[in-house]
Amino acid sequence: MSVPAEKKEKISVPFDYNKYLRPGKLPHIWCPGCGHGIVLKAMLRAIDKLGIDKDNVCVVSGIGCSSRTPGYVDFNTLHTLHGRALSFATGIKLARPDMKVIVVTGDGDALAIGGNHFIHTCRRNIDITALVFTNAIYGMTGGQYSPTTPLESIATTSRYGNIEPPFDTCEMAKAAGATFVARGTAYHTLELEKTIYEALMHKGTSVVDIIDACPTYFGRMNKYKSATHMMEAMEKDGTVSVKQVDKLPPEKVAGKMLRGVLHKIDRPEYCEQYALLVQEKAQAKSK
Amino acid sequence: MAITTKGQIGLTGNTAIAYAMKQINPDVCPAYPITPSTGIIEDFAGFVADGEVDTEMITVESEHSAMSACIGAEAAGARVMTATSSQGLALMWEMLYIASGMRLPIVLTNVNRALSAPINIHCDHSDSMGARDAGWVQLYSETVQEAYDNLIQAIRIAEHTDVLLPTMVCLDGFITSHAIENISLISDADVKGFIGAYKPAHALLDVEHPITYGAMSLPDNYIEFKHEQSRAMARSKAVVSAIGAEFGKKFGRSYGLFDAYRLEDADSVIVILNSAAGTTKVAVDELRAQGKKVGMLRPRLFRPFPFEELAKALSGAKAIAVLDRVDSMNGFGGPLFNEIRSALYETDSRPKVMSRIYGLGGRDYKVKDALGVYDELGKVVSTGKVETLQKYITL
Ligand SMILES: Cc1ncc(C[n+]2csc(CCOP(=O)(O)OP(=O)(O)O)c2C)c(N)n1
Ligand code: SF4
Repeated sequence: MSVPAEKKEKISVPFDYNKYLRPGKLPHIWCPGCGHGIVLKAMLRAIDKLGIDKDNVCVVSGIGCSSRTPGYVDFNTLHTLHGRALSFATGIKLARPDMKVIVVTGDGDALAIGGNHFIHTCRRNIDITALVFTNAIYGMTGGQYSPTTPLESIATTSRYGNIEPPFDTCEMAKAAGATFVARGTAYHTLELEKTIYEALMHKGTSVVDIIDACPTYFGRMNKYKSATHMMEAMEKDGTVSVKQVDKLPPEKVAGKMLRGVLHKIDRPEYCEQYALLVQEKAQAKSK
Repeated sequence: MAITTKGQIGLTGNTAIAYAMKQINPDVCPAYPITPSTGIIEDFAGFVADGEVDTEMITVESEHSAMSACIGAEAAGARVMTATSSQGLALMWEMLYIASGMRLPIVLTNVNRALSAPINIHCDHSDSMGARDAGWVQLYSETVQEAYDNLIQAIRIAEHTDVLLPTMVCLDGFITSHAIENISLISDADVKGFIGAYKPAHALLDVEHPITYGAMSLPDNYIEFKHEQSRAMARSKAVVSAIGAEFGKKFGRSYGLFDAYRLEDADSVIVILNSAAGTTKVAVDELRAQGKKVGMLRPRLFRPFPFEELAKALSGAKAIAVLDRVDSMNGFGGPLFNEIRSALYETDSRPKVMSRIYGLGGRDYKVKDALGVYDELGKVVSTGKVETLQKYITL
């Protein structure tokens, strides 16, 4: 069967993920239907677009299902402590400002135990990209509610519904000083790849809040029939693109999270300011 | 779950601990999840949600906050319990000292797990041994039954007016926390009767008697505070013995400061903590059947360290191997080795002592490993010489 010429051009070359994976570390630990693998793939495609040497990329994580990501990827990787990835990453970036430093973190890791580091990283505007895998639960330890668990949702620690209001990760990052803030989902995987790419290209602290599903805990406890049902309900129907939001009637937007680049400004970056200060003082001394 | 004092029930270590917590019914339980102790908090959260306890459960955002909340609640006059493991205990470090310095009888279950790095979720004792000088009473448990019994006794020990110190009950991650064992439960009424109601002597919420906790104390009296704390720690040894005996009288299972196994005439002795003692006992039986004079000692109380009692119990041995499931990284063996060896300094017989580090990060310790150590000890007995003072086994 002949394929029409214009269609043929649209077929993209299959992406060679193996280029960036550590085959010896596979298969991964993630459950069937977990969103983390989809996010990992989008991240690899985005990094690939940067066209930089693998050895100039460092992926840092804390602890959690999402934080297992660095174990599978063939960059410089550092698997640290629960909640502390951004602090380790800050050290790396200061020592090697030329390196692309990416933090992979869970919503619990970034916003509960590591919440303090999160706001201060944003405040400094150090050139680190934080990818927050938001599955609204502590996946690794068995489904306790996290700072992004929606009100009334069931978790192992909120059997009758969560009464703690969740954080809006993007609002918090923006308020704390991050200069690039975006949201994506595992469902909109191609869009996510572009968003991550933009975040990686940005100079300063960039935060991408990525809505992905934990079917094993959040899904089962909150009566989602399947991983796909969950992705559709939470990621597809639960979000709306910033590009469309103005064109939609209010009832189609109410209660939904915004997707896309939500905030982007220029502000002096920490490592550059640091280098400037050192240079200035050194010059003053040599005079 | 039907409770009978005669019949037994199959429970995992975590479920048994959660069940003991339900029976103790603490006023406050701040908690943060970590493998392998998560099951305790999960089960207990279920009891709270179902209204089976009166506990205020606070699900905080880290262990640092969990222990901080324990301290606040206990100082306010509440009976407080929590559970953790590994990095969780490590993150509590700063507060562990606050709890003991303020003399707050908080009771914590530590399900022993290795400390990072590299990250590992399996059993060793690096977490609780790292906290050994934090001023907490520490009880170690061989079995699910003992962990359950220890937790109930821990309330009495911690709150005893001669003690007033936080107390930690340790059990082995996965090996004990996740293994099902047939155990005897005590009835709710008996647990309640045994522990009694908590009447804090100094509570912040007792507004008729205002007090302050943790006030600045400079060189003028800081050392006096520490001296008092140290004396309380020393006094707690007698309290642990008395409560262990009382528990035995009431419920038929007595507990001392340590567990001695076929020790009376033993020349070669292994000293070891927690679940690995069970494995060692199998090796002892095997060798005894061949007529070899071997025995085992398992300390139950590690803080305070019962120096005199252990030295007395071990003074008849000729060669001792102290097996630590943690390395002190001091270039000179594990913590149990160092303290046992130091305790024996005062004995006239001065048995030979060697250090063996085993089972780090959950590496199996098998009967053959214990047999290997007894073999080495046999050589020490016959030559009177320790060839290798310290080394790793189970590599
Ligand atoms: C100090 C400390 N406390 C607790 C833990 C146990 N722990 C491991 S992962 C995790 C939560 C992970 O949740 P999240 O960051 O949302 O990632 P997910 O697993 O959902 O991807 C916890 C509490 C730990 N590793 N260290
Ligand atoms: S527990 Fe949840 S977050 Fe963890 S791998 Fe499974 S689905 Fe993913």
